[in-house]
Amino acid sequence: MKAAFVRLRALMRKEAVQIARDPSALAIAFLLPAALLFIFGYGVSLDARNVPLAIVVERPDALTASFTSQFAHSAYLRPQPYRDIQRAERAMVANRVDGIVWLRSDFTRRALSQGGAPIGVIVNGVDANTARIVEGYVQQVWAAWIATHRLAVGRPALLPLALEPQVRFNRAVSSRDFLIPGLIAVIMTLTGALLTALVIAREWERGTMEALMVTRVRMWEILLAKLVPYFLLGMGGMAVSVAIAVFLFGVPLHGSMLVLTATSALFMLAALGMGLLISGVARNQFIAGQIAIIVAFLPAYILSGFVFDINSMPWPVRIVTHVVAARYFVAILQSVFLAGDIWSVILPNAAALALMALIFLGLARANAHKRLD
Amino acid sequence: MSAAPDTGPALRLEAVWRRFRAGKRIVTALAGISASAARGRVTGLIGPDGAGKTTLMRLIAGLLRADSGRIDVLGIDVAQDPLAVQSRIGYMPQRFGLYEDLSVRENLDLYADLQGVPQEVRAARYAELLHMTGLGTFTARIAGRLSGGMKQKLGLACTLLQPPQLLLLDEPTVGVDPVSRRELWQIIDHLTRDAATTVLFSTAYLDEAERCDAVLLLHDGRLLGSGAPAHFTNEMAGHSFYASAAVGRRHLQERLAAMPEVIDAVIQGSRVRVVTALAAPLDAAALGPQVADFAMTPTPPRFEDSFVARLRKVAASPPPPVGAGTAAAPAPVPAEAVIAVENLTCDFGAFRAVDAVSFSVARGEIFGLLGANGAGKSTTFRMLCGLLPPSHGVLRVAGYDLRNAAAPARRQIGYMAQKFSLYADLSVRQNLRFFSSVYRLAGAQQRTRIDWAVAQFELGEMLDATARDLALGFKQRLALACALMHEPQILFLDEPTSGVDPLARREFWRRINLLAAAGVTVLVTTHFMEEAEYCDRLLIMAQGRVLTAGTPEAIKAAARNAERPDPTMEEAFIAVIEAAATATTVAA
Repeated sequence: MKAAFVRLRALMRKEAVQIARDPSALAIAFLLPAALLFIFGYGVSLDARNVPLAIVVERPDALTASFTSQFAHSAYLRPQPYRDIQRAERAMVANRVDGIVWLRSDFTRRALSQGGAPIGVIVNGVDANTARIVEGYVQQVWAAWIATHRLAVGRPALLPLALEPQVRFNRAVSSRDFLIPGLIAVIMTLTGALLTALVIAREWERGTMEALMVTRVRMWEILLAKLVPYFLLGMGGMAVSVAIAVFLFGVPLHGSMLVLTATSALFMLAALGMGLLISGVARNQFIAGQIAIIVAFLPAYILSGFVFDINSMPWPVRIVTHVVAARYFVAILQSVFLAGDIWSVILPNAAALALMALIFLGLARANAHKRLD
Repeated sequence: MSAAPDTGPALRLEAVWRRFRAGKRIVTALAGISASAARGRVTGLIGPDGAGKTTLMRLIAGLLRADSGRIDVLGIDVAQDPLAVQSRIGYMPQRFGLYEDLSVRENLDLYADLQGVPQEVRAARYAELLHMTGLGTFTARIAGRLSGGMKQKLGLACTLLQPPQLLLLDEPTVGVDPVSRRELWQIIDHLTRDAATTVLFSTAYLDEAERCDAVLLLHDGRLLGSGAPAHFTNEMAGHSFYASAAVGRRHLQERLAAMPEVIDAVIQGSRVRVVTALAAPLDAAALGPQVADFAMTPTPPRFEDSFVARLRKVAASPPPPVGAGTAAAPAPVPAEAVIAVENLTCDFGAFRAVDAVSFSVARGEIFGLLGANGAGKSTTFRMLCGLLPPSHGVLRVAGYDLRNAAAPARRQIGYMAQKFSLYADLSVRQNLRFFSSVYRLAGAQQRTRIDWAVAQFELGEMLDATARDLALGFKQRLALACALMHEPQILFLDEPTSGVDPLARREFWRRINLLAAAGVTVLVTTHFMEEAEYCDRLLIMAQGRVLTAGTPEAIKAAARNAERPDPTMEEAFIAVIEAAATATTVAA
């Protein structure tokens, strides 16, 4: 037993020295998470802000002026006056504006006489996300205008007055606060599955695995010696990501550190299990990297609910998401960051993570032979 | 622990079979090998690349399982208890199994821990191994920054920390210069003599066979023979001669090789070494009247003679005669320098990789650039190809100054890389078509050249085979055909025949000789001494400088002394390197 401990310690010390000397491992563990966080924190945003919007008023007067002035107050829209609809449409084709609000020449007459004047709203549906947001914003602006107009004029409004959007959990309705917790799951997949698969493939490539196998070392010792250092490295990467999220981007952390750490550890084990499993199949770094990206990184990105809502996926895809460990972790992270320790969310998801960690690590162990074939 | 009996062989193989699946095909790596290795001796596992040496090593180390048959290592059945075998043996895989980002000391510590070397004996063991390998002053150096020879010795030291009863060395001398090779053999001799270690040593270099106590000769997964090297050599007693005549040595060799009663004919210096089928000299009359002054003097047989004789028996058919190399052979122009290099220097920052090298190569000459790894051969080669600009000096290839006309110069050059830069997933036909297109051949011209290559290199039956599946000798032929598609005046060869079997090597050099006779200038870089023998002239380099230049014969003659009345090329090379090292020490 003492001999096994000596071997284990030697292998872990070797791994630590290699990590310390190899800048690429440290870069994947610490630099890449920071870079991803900065990209998502500053660059990518699903919020519409300063959306250019064409305003076409065919016959300007006091009423149309009071309506269009509402748009200028909006933080989300940047209204640009156009003289006629043809020019506005050309501007939309040229992608200079994302939407058009069109008040026809009979707007004021119909609004005052018939009590109902159509407002043309045209949105560019190429970017469906922005289109829907523009549509929603225009409706809100309109509703707000009708409410104030009614107060001013004393006439009944045609739209329901109770159009009052409510936002829960992500109180600032900031996509950043929603994306960054999910991103932590992606980042940990990177260290757990990708980095681990790569470093083991490197041992195969350089022939050191072959040399290790012809010593007294046992296979479980080799696996454990990879698991422990990269577990610590992954948790370190996670700590850095959480620190950047909370202190730099001001993402709220409503839940407890303890829950966050414990569930992260479970997810890290599942990711490492995947990494070990991949390394059993792929014996060069290129293939290991490709497999890790396809089976671990991309699903964590696309199928975890981190960017794309799982509920709006077609049902076959929804079923597939159940085998993506990141799905459970993203649910936990979003709850812990934005809502708090909601046990009804955390417990079932943590149980799923534990099960996946067990399965992956078990398969990795069963798959590892001290042989080359 | 099961007690291993101290009698009986250290290793016993009984009808060992091993097949691999390669795509849809089944490749037989080992076909019923039965052999044994005696305790305390060095047994050589000898054969060309692809013979099955590494597979056999891995089977013995318990890293692979045999399909059938039985392997007993030190009295233990490997299939039953691989761990017991693994804790008793030392194994150095082909790339030495070192962690390149750990220091020498850290590598030793790691393997000492893994092998369970007790802490109290380590200091003494380290001191002994570091002394033996000459690594004492490098313990803090990162293993990746050691030279090839030093890595090899560190890899060996790591396997010896817990003295193994059986030491498996898988091609330890590949890519290692002759000086390090000799030092490795000194360590092995010491191990078997003083520590009674059994050593199994695999190699593709036939000259290493004679240093082993016993030899297992492997070819295509079959055992061609086993026994003491002298047993192999003695079989050929009376069959080997030096032949000379008043004709060119290449012409003489060509004539002799074509005779049915000749097993082997290779150029050695100014003469041709001949192995005859019958133990008698050849009849001069059989060579015809043009060959005047034909004489044969007996010479002691070599291990290689026996291997070639055995291969001729198993080979399907004798190699067919070869026609002229290029389609349009230029008329030989006398003594025109096709490659002229003056004062060539290349600096990488403060490091001078090539230092004031000058030489010139005439049309139709075969010129060799010899040196250990890091001697500056590859850098010189890259500058000659116009891939790297020289820092100083003049460089003219085929009449073009490479400093301002690299592209037209390159069009005159055919290049064959060390591991044959073929597209493994393309068929033979597709490779030919691709390489000819790269050289801007199209239409009828391209078809003509491809037909020429197919006829000339006998690739017809293999046209639709994938390059990956070709035997090494075929790959080599295809690579040469690809390099010749654009009818270059100059052919660059980078270690063209290391690892291929002796018959394929002879055939390859016969083609090269014909090309040279047709006026193609050939430049070879190698650290493989056998290839040096085929050159007209040689240049030996070390640390970026030219140590000596001349014909192989002259270089060997310079190394002649009382101890070495007839030095081999390798001995001459070591003498040149050592003389330079001594001169440097004296100067410093």
